[in-house]
Amino acid sequence: MTDQPTLDVRNLRVEFPGRHGTVTALDDVSLSVLPGEILGVVGESGAGKSMTGLAVQRLLEPPGHIAGGQVWLNGRRIDSLSEPEMEKIRGREIGAIFQDPLTSLNPLFSVGRQLVETIRLHGDLSRTAAKARAVELLAEVGIPAPADRIEHYPHQFSGGMRQRVVIALALAARPKLVIADEPTTALDVSIQAQITALLRKLCKEHGTAVMLVTHDMGVIAETADRVAVMYAGRLVEIGPVAEVVARPCHPYTRGLMGSIPTLGARVPRLAQIDGAMPRLDAIPQGCAFNPRCPLVQDRCLRERPELRPMGAGHAACWIDAAATEKAA
Amino acid sequence: MTAPAHTAPSALTVSAMTRRFDVSAPWLNRLLERKPRLYVRAVDDVSFEVPRGGCLSLVGESGCGKSTVARLVTGLHTPSEGSIRFAPGAGEKPLSVQMIFQDPYASLNPRWRVFDIIAEPLRELKLRATEPEIAARVAELLKTVGLAASDGRKFPHEFSGGQRQRISIARALASEPDFLVCDEPTSALDVSVQAQILNLMRRLQDEMGLTYLFISHDMSVVRHMSDQIAVMYLGRIVEQAPTEVLFAQPRHPYTQLLLDTIPNVTHPRRNREPQAGEVPSPLKPPPGCTFHPRCPQADSRCVAERPEMTAMPDGSRVACHRVAEMLARMA
Repeated sequence: MTDQPTLDVRNLRVEFPGRHGTVTALDDVSLSVLPGEILGVVGESGAGKSMTGLAVQRLLEPPGHIAGGQVWLNGRRIDSLSEPEMEKIRGREIGAIFQDPLTSLNPLFSVGRQLVETIRLHGDLSRTAAKARAVELLAEVGIPAPADRIEHYPHQFSGGMRQRVVIALALAARPKLVIADEPTTALDVSIQAQITALLRKLCKEHGTAVMLVTHDMGVIAETADRVAVMYAGRLVEIGPVAEVVARPCHPYTRGLMGSIPTLGARVPRLAQIDGAMPRLDAIPQGCAFNPRCPLVQDRCLRERPELRPMGAGHAACWIDAAATEKAA
Repeated sequence: MTAPAHTAPSALTVSAMTRRFDVSAPWLNRLLERKPRLYVRAVDDVSFEVPRGGCLSLVGESGCGKSTVARLVTGLHTPSEGSIRFAPGAGEKPLSVQMIFQDPYASLNPRWRVFDIIAEPLRELKLRATEPEIAARVAELLKTVGLAASDGRKFPHEFSGGQRQRISIARALASEPDFLVCDEPTSALDVSVQAQILNLMRRLQDEMGLTYLFISHDMSVVRHMSDQIAVMYLGRIVEQAPTEVLFAQPRHPYTQLLLDTIPNVTHPRRNREPQAGEVPSPLKPPPGCTFHPRCPQADSRCVAERPEMTAMPDGSRVACHRVAEMLARMA
């Protein structure tokens, strides 16, 4: 296998022109996912994590559009493709898994019919061969008695089973990249563990690259290989997941980690980040995190930090928090 | 260590509470298709006590009946069987109860200014006589929850989720309650904001001596907030224990499953085999112990006989035949 990333996003910028000026939803986001790798994208609501997934698939709601940067899939630039060409890529080369399994399935068609339709759209298979393939896919995602279940409608499945069907649909054309947007958020914890284990297994077996978008740091820690932390439409830190969790470099990541109640020691008071994330039409000058940052300096108010090597990964901060701590 | 429940006076005593909901098909369908009447036991023979000034948490997966218990305790539903008793408070009146809801977007009237939202209980319950007194009290409440008095002029949509939840808390505190029922108060919030709200709730508990009944599906939040935890499964409490005991030694197989599946940020276990199985439909709960189809330790007794609550020496109570058998062998 070469080192060529399956997905390579370079300096991506997404804008939403509006009556009160243009809102920049994504600002200079660069990330890549290697074959067989799971990249976790984490952030609070409005940080731009789902937006990144939608921009890659070119599913932005108009008037939102890609205003700069490039998206490369398997060495081919896809952000400049025409809509019909993009249509061929979605589903065949990029599979999508969304948060709510009930709204991603058509309630009027049986699960088998939806699977067969998807399989036949992307591959030249006869109806019977496609059906056999559908049964195989359902078995692969762990649905018991797939040959019988294939005739059932979405409402006859439980939440966890429905999400398995959605995963089967996303994998139907053997895509090289799967974008999973909060795939476990609507599920209970005991089911959540089953789904993340399934994602990991399938990703390793088929060498699929997965972009896992979630707000749950616990899911990232147990599922992803690398993690990208987003804040106000920008990437603030990216690196190997174990390192970022144990030794976060950016003050925002540090605050985020501190605010998660852990199952280990019980503390009288959780570390909290005061304030809230700025609205996208009122992002402060310089570093977007400066109003909430405990280490803020003059430079942070004026100049925007670029991602630079820090710790085991990269962080966009003028201050190397870990190094400052050691010196103090 | 927390004091055992029986020594502290309890603020709330719930005994053998059951709530059934009628989910039958419409009358004509029953007549034509000969469908029987159908009831779901959302809460099934549940008993617990909440010590005064403490925090009892109810945890469980969706559909286990924890929110129904919250609604029963606040009187939004009436129990089909059993009783709910609040201890007498000031002036021999029962302790007063307020509730904080999960969704801060749906629980505040979008057409009212924040001032009026918080002033409503004051006006409705005639707790303050004049408008200047009401204004002073609202300003005080807003400050208590970390907002500015001038925020009262704004509408709910001008606030973020965390600030809205602060407004809900201010409204709940307006009538000076002794007991707060919090139904998933932070599950709609981001983690950094969740920490702010949890810290605020802990501070208010210390300052005002509030008693909490806390409902959540998030074990790590529950661990942070509570003295006692009750784990619910399909309408029943399967285990109740002091927080530290429950986390150190979960006894019921379902509690063990729950604790085992929580993603752990600090010590991730990446290669574990998750347990299979799902929660069965509450319309047709399995006979005997409702957890037996998913339980690795189930035998014929679990299928036939419903386990009773067994009290353990360390203060926990467990409804499991295996635990009871082990205790009997040791005695």
